[in-house]
Amino acid sequence: MSVVDARGLSCPEPVLLTKRTLEKSDGAPVKVLVDEMAAAENVAALAGSMGWQVTRKETGTHMELVLKK
Amino acid sequence: MGSRIGVLITGLVVGILALALTALGNPANMGVCIACFLRDVAGGLGLHQVNTVQYLRPEILGIILGASVMSLGAQEFRPSGGSGKVMRFILGIIMMIGMLVFLGCPLRVALRLGAGDLNALVGFAGLFAGVAVGTFFLKSGFSLGRAVPQPKWAGALFPLAAAAALLLLFLRPAFIYFSLEGPGSMHAPVLISLAAGLLFGILSQRSRFCMAGGIRDLILFRNFNLISGFLVIILVTFAGSLAMGKFKLGFAAQPIAHTEAIWNFLGLAAAGWAAALLGGCPLRQLVLAGQGNTDAAVTILGLITGAAIAHNFGLAASPKGVPAAGQAAVVAGLIILLAVSVAVYFGVAAAERRKIHVSG
Repeated sequence: MSVVDARGLSCPEPVLLTKRTLEKSDGAPVKVLVDEMAAAENVAALAGSMGWQVTRKETGTHMELVLKK
Repeated sequence: MGSRIGVLITGLVVGILALALTALGNPANMGVCIACFLRDVAGGLGLHQVNTVQYLRPEILGIILGASVMSLGAQEFRPSGGSGKVMRFILGIIMMIGMLVFLGCPLRVALRLGAGDLNALVGFAGLFAGVAVGTFFLKSGFSLGRAVPQPKWAGALFPLAAAAALLLLFLRPAFIYFSLEGPGSMHAPVLISLAAGLLFGILSQRSRFCMAGGIRDLILFRNFNLISGFLVIILVTFAGSLAMGKFKLGFAAQPIAHTEAIWNFLGLAAAGWAAALLGGCPLRQLVLAGQGNTDAAVTILGLITGAAIAHNFGLAASPKGVPAAGQAAVVAGLIILLAVSVAVYFGVAAAERRKIHVSG
């Protein structure tokens, strides 16, 4: 699974990185790591608008979003 | 990108609060203006000596503390920092000088537009252009770098400083300045201003309200969520100033504004460019600092320093116009923004090439 590590990046960088990855993806699941709620919401909104399913998981220090086509 | 409903509610409440605060004593078309109020805070702390713009604005302190309280409640108080601190400080200075040449932050653009001040339309065009250029560099790979988690106390420092400033506002020691005339002397009752600020901070924290972010999301993702808050503020202010008989359409003789189109445009272009690179307008920086983001706190220290510089060196505009030194400062700011944007972009690109080379 390809991983987008957007931890510690300020908006809108997490969304831009995710967008770039999804655009060249062949449909395989993508994991996105973020550590701010606003970034998680924005990445989820972007993925949703591009037709990807989002599941979110909290780990102690950050959030993991798994995006599936 | 914010939640659409949250942003609409925030815009509605901010518009109404701004009208109410103006009616209760805040300067005209300046119910809430982050740039103007941070400049007043700089003056209140004695960092500049222009005796018409000195007051520890409780709205500012309330926004920071409201965001802190809300983020603690929502378990979003996550101290972080370490991303391009000196650069953020410098961008904060440039952003403030640009805003003080225009005479207002992106939020006041909406308030001035709603009241019929067409100079703000020119300012908005500049803001849009500035955010567009900054967004172009972001899209091309510009980054101020990665922040890392910080200890809780580090994130609490800035909100605690805001609380201390609030205490000084009530204790009124001799070293804190209070304007006796001019915009700094015009203010709503302290507790009402504070309550408005707290409410504003709480709502902005929840909705991720951001004026520069609205333009950015529109350009990048064709997403209207954040910009809709901007439009709601214009509409509420428009309706309110009509109802109160204060609506006045035109360029000339608008409250605390000047008519020099080129500097209205370029001032906010510099501010918008800096805001895009920083990831948010001055309001958003206050909210982020409130929720423990120490990089945003550094940005605000840059904004306050920028206000002190603007007034100590005679760069800030007045209703009479923009002084030559202020014009030079805006041009210098734009040149620095270009240099920074290009340099960081090439630096990031080179690092990526090296990484690909190593992993390949």
